[in-house]
Amino acid sequence: MLIPCPLCGPRDRREFYYLGAADYLRRPAADAAPAAWDAYLHLRGNPAGETRDLWYHEAGCQAWLVVSRNTVTHAIAGAALAGEAADAA
Amino acid sequence: MRYSGFRVAWEGLTGNGGWRPVWRDPAPKPAYDTLVIGGGGHGLSTAYYLARNHGLSDVAVLEKGGLGLGSVGRNTTIVRANYLLPGNSEFYSHSLKLWEGLERELNFNVMHSQRGLINLFHSDGQRDAFARRGNAMVNQGDDAVLLDREGVRELLPYLDFGQTRFPIYGGLLHPRGGTARHDAVAWGYARAADARGVDLIQNCEVTGIDIEGGRVRGVQTTRGPIRARRVAIVVAGRSSQVAAMAGLRLPIESHVLQAFVTEGLKPCIDHVISFGMGHFYISQSDKGGLVFGGDLDFYASYAARGNLPMVEHVMEAGMTLMPMIGRARLLRSWGGIMDMSPDGSPIIDKTPVEGLFLDCGWNYGGFKAVPASGWCLAHLMATGEPHPVAARYRLDRFATGHVIDEEGTGSQHNLH
Repeated sequence: MLIPCPLCGPRDRREFYYLGAADYLRRPAADAAPAAWDAYLHLRGNPAGETRDLWYHEAGCQAWLVVSRNTVTHAIAGAALAGEAADAA
Repeated sequence: MRYSGFRVAWEGLTGNGGWRPVWRDPAPKPAYDTLVIGGGGHGLSTAYYLARNHGLSDVAVLEKGGLGLGSVGRNTTIVRANYLLPGNSEFYSHSLKLWEGLERELNFNVMHSQRGLINLFHSDGQRDAFARRGNAMVNQGDDAVLLDREGVRELLPYLDFGQTRFPIYGGLLHPRGGTARHDAVAWGYARAADARGVDLIQNCEVTGIDIEGGRVRGVQTTRGPIRARRVAIVVAGRSSQVAAMAGLRLPIESHVLQAFVTEGLKPCIDHVISFGMGHFYISQSDKGGLVFGGDLDFYASYAARGNLPMVEHVMEAGMTLMPMIGRARLLRSWGGIMDMSPDGSPIIDKTPVEGLFLDCGWNYGGFKAVPASGWCLAHLMATGEPHPVAARYRLDRFATGHVIDEEGTGSQHNLH
């Protein structure tokens, strides 16, 4: 599985650490209700199909990426820097 | 038709002409009292115990494909009760007791083999942790023996005791742990549930869940609508999709876990061996194949197959632990879809929709839980109260902080 890092080009999956769904980008405010924190930390859409998730290029440029991926086929459509991704807060 | 040694001998001598299909293939009725969505191990055992323990027979199991073709047939068949935390400890203890009587109960040979499970440890700190775990197991009423290095060598002389990366300090032996034949468990429960009047409806995919005024009224399926008073979602591997039909968003992320089997070999591995530091565990099937696996691939997946980096990692760990398997040829590998919950423990609970129940989040420990999961979900559905050994498997425990984090790794789905 090759992940197209915007800075390093296509790199082997082994260079990356997977965190989870891109939901982690939408961190609630510190004073948000407990339900918002529960949703942020635990509840997931968990799609069978197209998904966006967070990968860390640990053994490369050390950037956080949002990878667009298919969970059924493992096909990777693209990757963007997490700071510039459309769903970044 | 009861199975017995006499019956096998008789059929063998008379041309095996007397065997008949062991469950019916009914068309769905327009309404049932109780529906179980999912004809895997957990769904079938739920249906069986609804009938057996609670006298409910107006029950149907809805399966989108064939019975037992999901995760119940895609695991590495290990049965154990070596948990530490309250919540898990009593539940898996209950499950192991059910396993021990299962063949007589179901009149079906599930090939339950209590060959002993050994968890290896590799440092003084890990020995202390395993001693504590062993004490918890004994206090729960199960069995555990702390083995030193020579004790492990006596049972497993073929391990590489000279390797220095993870030197073997000893192991925690769980003598009542072992394996079972996975398909047979599904078939045994299916046959026994059918015999008690449960309709097992195959090729019937649920496409919607009907809810009126906060109460479940039935389901829509590819074979028409079916009304029901109670519905259980028991579809680990597809929990998020089916729960979404009822408007629920679950604390689940699906991951792939790979497993491997070699060609058949003469008996050489008598136990289940777990090498946690290397992410490797192994046993030998009754057919002779070495069955082994490792850790998740670590990214969300429904592909039911994994990638090569984890294949390489598992092979390396196996060779580190027991170089003797190096000449065995790998026959096949496969991946199972794991409902990973944020604390590594399952959910057996009511949902916010009245009459709708949920059994999911089995991570990679669902196989050994098949009997108790069905037992406890049936109890919850029939009585409205959680069974005492499953009372902590609540859906809301992540919001309230009552997590059961057996591995102590936090709230990230893939770390358990």
